[in-house]
Amino acid sequence: MTALKPAAPKSTADAHRPNAHYVARGRLVAVVTHLCVITGVLLSIFPFYWLIVMSTSTTGEIFGYPPKLTVGSSFAENVRSVVSSVDLLQALVNTIIVSTASAALVMFFDSLAAFAFAKFDFPGKKPLFILLIATMLVPGSLSLVPSFILMSELGWVGTLQALIVPGAANAFGIFLLRQMAAGSIPDELVESARIDGAGFFTTYWRVGVPLLRGGLAFLGIFTFITAWNDYVWPLIVLVDPERQTLQTALQNLNSLYLTDYGMVMAGALISVVPLIGVFIIGSRHFIANIAAGAIKG
Amino acid sequence: MSTAIPTRPRDALTPADPTAKRKRKIREVLPLYLAISPFYLLFAVFGLFPILFSIVLSFMDWDGMGEMSFVGLAQYKFLLTDGRFWNSVGNTFIIWFLSTIPMLFFAMVIAFLLHQNIRFTKFYRVAFFLPNVTSMVAMAIVFGSVFSDTFGLVNSALTAVGLDAVPWLSSPWGIKITIAVMVIWRFTGYNAIIYLAGLQSISTDLYDAAKVDGANLSQVFFRVTVPMMRPIILFTVITSTIGGLSLFTEPQVLLGDSGGAGEAGMTIVLYQYNQAFTQFDFGYGSAIAWALFLIAAIFAIINWRLVSGRGDDTVRRAVRTKEARG
Repeated sequence: MTALKPAAPKSTADAHRPNAHYVARGRLVAVVTHLCVITGVLLSIFPFYWLIVMSTSTTGEIFGYPPKLTVGSSFAENVRSVVSSVDLLQALVNTIIVSTASAALVMFFDSLAAFAFAKFDFPGKKPLFILLIATMLVPGSLSLVPSFILMSELGWVGTLQALIVPGAANAFGIFLLRQMAAGSIPDELVESARIDGAGFFTTYWRVGVPLLRGGLAFLGIFTFITAWNDYVWPLIVLVDPERQTLQTALQNLNSLYLTDYGMVMAGALISVVPLIGVFIIGSRHFIANIAAGAIKG
Repeated sequence: MSTAIPTRPRDALTPADPTAKRKRKIREVLPLYLAISPFYLLFAVFGLFPILFSIVLSFMDWDGMGEMSFVGLAQYKFLLTDGRFWNSVGNTFIIWFLSTIPMLFFAMVIAFLLHQNIRFTKFYRVAFFLPNVTSMVAMAIVFGSVFSDTFGLVNSALTAVGLDAVPWLSSPWGIKITIAVMVIWRFTGYNAIIYLAGLQSISTDLYDAAKVDGANLSQVFFRVTVPMMRPIILFTVITSTIGGLSLFTEPQVLLGDSGGAGEAGMTIVLYQYNQAFTQFDFGYGSAIAWALFLIAAIFAIINWRLVSGRGDDTVRRAVRTKEARG
């Protein structure tokens, strides 16, 4: 409740009662606020710091008591053991392929459909859009078993397309981009493109894509991160130990070399660093859109 | 890419030429259907078909290799009496409860603090959001070592201040609390960012009006902030419920396919995975999936009731006021 204080404009409080007590109390509130926030940030960040500590320490140092709280010097050695134990480099390449292909396909197919839904009329548009929204309510875990059977019928078990193709167009992205296109693309632009003789695909490319850039950036980053972190489905469908993603390779490393903590942690660090980079670069688009989706939804 | 649409379609047409009109119409809408088709095709093949197939599977006994045999409702009958399944349901709900309440509470506190126009808000938002985008496999391994019974940081800290070490990863409650802590760590920042956006969307006029009416701070909080935030809180409760019911990665990486000692960390989805992909009991795995769907649907209905219940109140009040005014 105290958190609501700033809703009272400070300026009026100061104007009415410009005494030292009040100013001091305001300052105290600010200090306490910062202290609470910083504590929260430290709790948020600490596991990452601890990951760095462990991945740079020998297993002996990790098991030691009292625990060593500072960054060690065995990172290169740990990475060498990782590389000689599992093919993490291949897993990294596979993960980059899956994440990039998923993001690119989702951005393309979702924006095409969103543009058609937002700016054009065609018979059956409304029921088709309702159907699209309804599909979002179906939980993914419902179809793990039959999807696996389908993949084995298609001969896709153990392949990367089993991870890329099923999600190449998704209802969430189409819905999100449709909302954005409806609000941000003026009808006049679409109409004038049409008068100039441009067909749907030309209009999409010249008018739709440039005006949807922000939404596309968000959807691309979101899809990339989701695909990068996906775990259940790769765990089920990537049966070949030679062809894994980072997440499944890391879990293999974890279950096979449970006792070599330094090495497992180095693998874990390698698997999260590229993603954190992508997130920090795109964080502005990302955070604002996540929040906006919740408020409007 | 461009499809040939006449430059001035309306002038080019004579009203007495219905076939040309229909042809033009088809040429105009065909690219639109083409544009939306990838989603529907993919959904039909990789979404709808598996769901229908899983209904069939749940009435079968099949290990994925040999003959599929029809067993009627036997899988569902077994499910009703399967103690391991009900244990996983109980675990899922306990972990959901242990994680959701602290998570949403901390998220609200953080959102309030960040709403105070303090400095470095952008940095704080990124820092709080970071856990949410990080791979849970890597972080479950980190949490596994932090909560390790023997050398974990938490137990080292407890013994350092003279308390007893807690068997976090080998006792029923320790396991559930550790998993809940991971969920809290991962989703508090996400929910805080959403609450923050909600707080920022409340018009300051409302606060000013409350002030003018002489409302004190707690009245402002309970009469303005909470009602305005209600839909957003509901949104976070719904997403937390969906996430909580499908909890898998944390227990699987932390404890393995078995769900830990006494299956204390066995969640519903982990049990489904266990039955379908380690025991190769595809029929029973599908029956578990449908049981989970039923539980999720019941929750969806409860959530929906909560929302529409509010709606009824408003309508009733409006009617009442109208009647009172004659």
